[in-house]
Amino acid sequence: MSVEATSGTDAAGALDASGPAAARRERFRLLMRSPTFLVGAFVILFWIVCALFGQYFVPVDPYNDDMMATLAPPSADHWFGADALGRDVFSRVIVGSRDILTVAPLATLLGAFLGTAIGLMVGYFRGIVDDTVSRLVDAVLALPLVIVAVLALVALGTSNITVIIVIGLVFSPIIARTVRTAVMLERELDYVSAAKLRGENAVYIMFVEILPNVMPPILVEATVRLGYAIFTVATLSFLGFGIQPPSPDWGLAISESYGMIDGGAWWTVLYDALAIASLVVAVNLVADAIHGVFET
Amino acid sequence: MTFARVLLKRLLLSLVTLWLLSVLVFAAAQLLPGDVGRAILGPLADASVVANLNHKLGTDRPLLVQYWDWASHFAVGDMGHSYTFDAPVAPFIGTALINSLKLAAVAFVLVVPLSILGGVWAALNVGRPIDRIITVAGLSATILPEFVTGIVLILIFGIWLRWLPISASWPDGAGPLTQIYYLILPSVPLFLVLFGYIARMARAGMIEALDSDYTRTAVLKGLPWRTVLWRHVLRNALLPTITVVATQTGYLIGGLLVVEVLFHYQGIGGLIYNAAKGKDFQMLESGILVIGLIYTMATLLADILYSALNPRIHFGASE
Repeated sequence: MSVEATSGTDAAGALDASGPAAARRERFRLLMRSPTFLVGAFVILFWIVCALFGQYFVPVDPYNDDMMATLAPPSADHWFGADALGRDVFSRVIVGSRDILTVAPLATLLGAFLGTAIGLMVGYFRGIVDDTVSRLVDAVLALPLVIVAVLALVALGTSNITVIIVIGLVFSPIIARTVRTAVMLERELDYVSAAKLRGENAVYIMFVEILPNVMPPILVEATVRLGYAIFTVATLSFLGFGIQPPSPDWGLAISESYGMIDGGAWWTVLYDALAIASLVVAVNLVADAIHGVFET
Repeated sequence: MTFARVLLKRLLLSLVTLWLLSVLVFAAAQLLPGDVGRAILGPLADASVVANLNHKLGTDRPLLVQYWDWASHFAVGDMGHSYTFDAPVAPFIGTALINSLKLAAVAFVLVVPLSILGGVWAALNVGRPIDRIITVAGLSATILPEFVTGIVLILIFGIWLRWLPISASWPDGAGPLTQIYYLILPSVPLFLVLFGYIARMARAGMIEALDSDYTRTAVLKGLPWRTVLWRHVLRNALLPTITVVATQTGYLIGGLLVVEVLFHYQGIGGLIYNAAKGKDFQMLESGILVIGLIYTMATLLADILYSALNPRIHFGASE
């Protein structure tokens, strides 16, 4: 009570802030009630915990090769069996979430930052910049992401950093296009004209005035992109252009072992495949729920 | 604007896209490695050997000359010389394309009718369990990486049941039926990815058409339901689906890369993979540009087909 009564301007400020904050709370409440979101978030959380702390609770050191256990089938000693080097598959599957959960989110983040900056500029200024970026997007989209990434990674050399940069760079024009569409709607609104009349410069208007209002589509696009990033990182690792040995990464594990499944060692690939599937589905569930909450 | 002018405009735009693509591919393959000879031979090779190789490959010339040389030759079908095979690139790409076409054909023949049927069926039962099942199953299959579904399929049908071969390479001199038999398993991961996309478009188009005024009019004037469905609903509903089918060829090729590696198949995807592994830049560049070319042509064709089939499109409006 006393806080509200201090001064007129403060009260007005508090009222102003309650609008978006209340909307945010409402969206959060809706998300928490969505079973799609909860299931997805739970699975993602599980893999994050495994990535962070897995190494402390797995039964066997995931990097330890034991020639006595080469291609041992699942047993009490090795719950999910052992791979060609005698490494424990269960331990490797648990710890295997670490690299993909580092590389894919960082790539998405890079793409979202670059894409937002480009999209703001293109949507605000339009003109020749806009046409150029649109054509570039068309050219980039004319190739499947995996092929663009393979080309760039062969040229640059493979490492986690280059994978992040390549996927981030490919994502940026795609995200920029979404941001551009949102910005073009916003720039016609009164608050932008008001800011212009106040004499604010373009950078201020773009990043302080428009950006907060186009955050929802950016967030939705970013979660969708995260799904694609995980898809792509897993695929690149399977092809040998992504995460490198001796990482227990799932895609890499399948790539190392699938040549031997004809001999019946199904446990060397099945659990990794299921792990990838669970993560990809979980991220898409969350993306779907966020999309549902924000785009209505 | 007349149809011819629209056609011309689309064609020009595609050419611009292709030109940009060629610049990007060239830049990635020739500029990024810095020293191409060094990238091929590795850090331990002698400097004079590297210089020699660069001279032999022509990568010691100015970039613009290299680009012009590559692009102008590519335009007339000369795709350069493979470093790995010490032979012209074009015949390799030709053979690989034919192989990929076979695989893609098996996948398309399965997926197009089935996914349209699935989408239409779902739309006719909106909100019922069968709609949910088709939609959710289609979506889940679409988001899973091809090698993940592929490896599970190999385990089930190739290893445990022993129904289908786990390698797509058929024995020499195999007849068309044997070839198809070898291609069934590899085509399923592609099928799964495409099914969701196409079924979703078909479903959305159907729902819109079923809800439209012309459908209501047709029903109200007493036409039999079958006639309404075939003559009014389906014709309008499946237009957007045509576009999706064509644009999916691009994704199909991306999927081919993975599937062909997984099933040891000598298609364009396998070719690009091997060229990438062997740092055969000429082969890699040309293979990728060919894919871009195919994708751009498919998109153009879809655009034209869609415009030609849909009388409601305003020529002159462009996004």
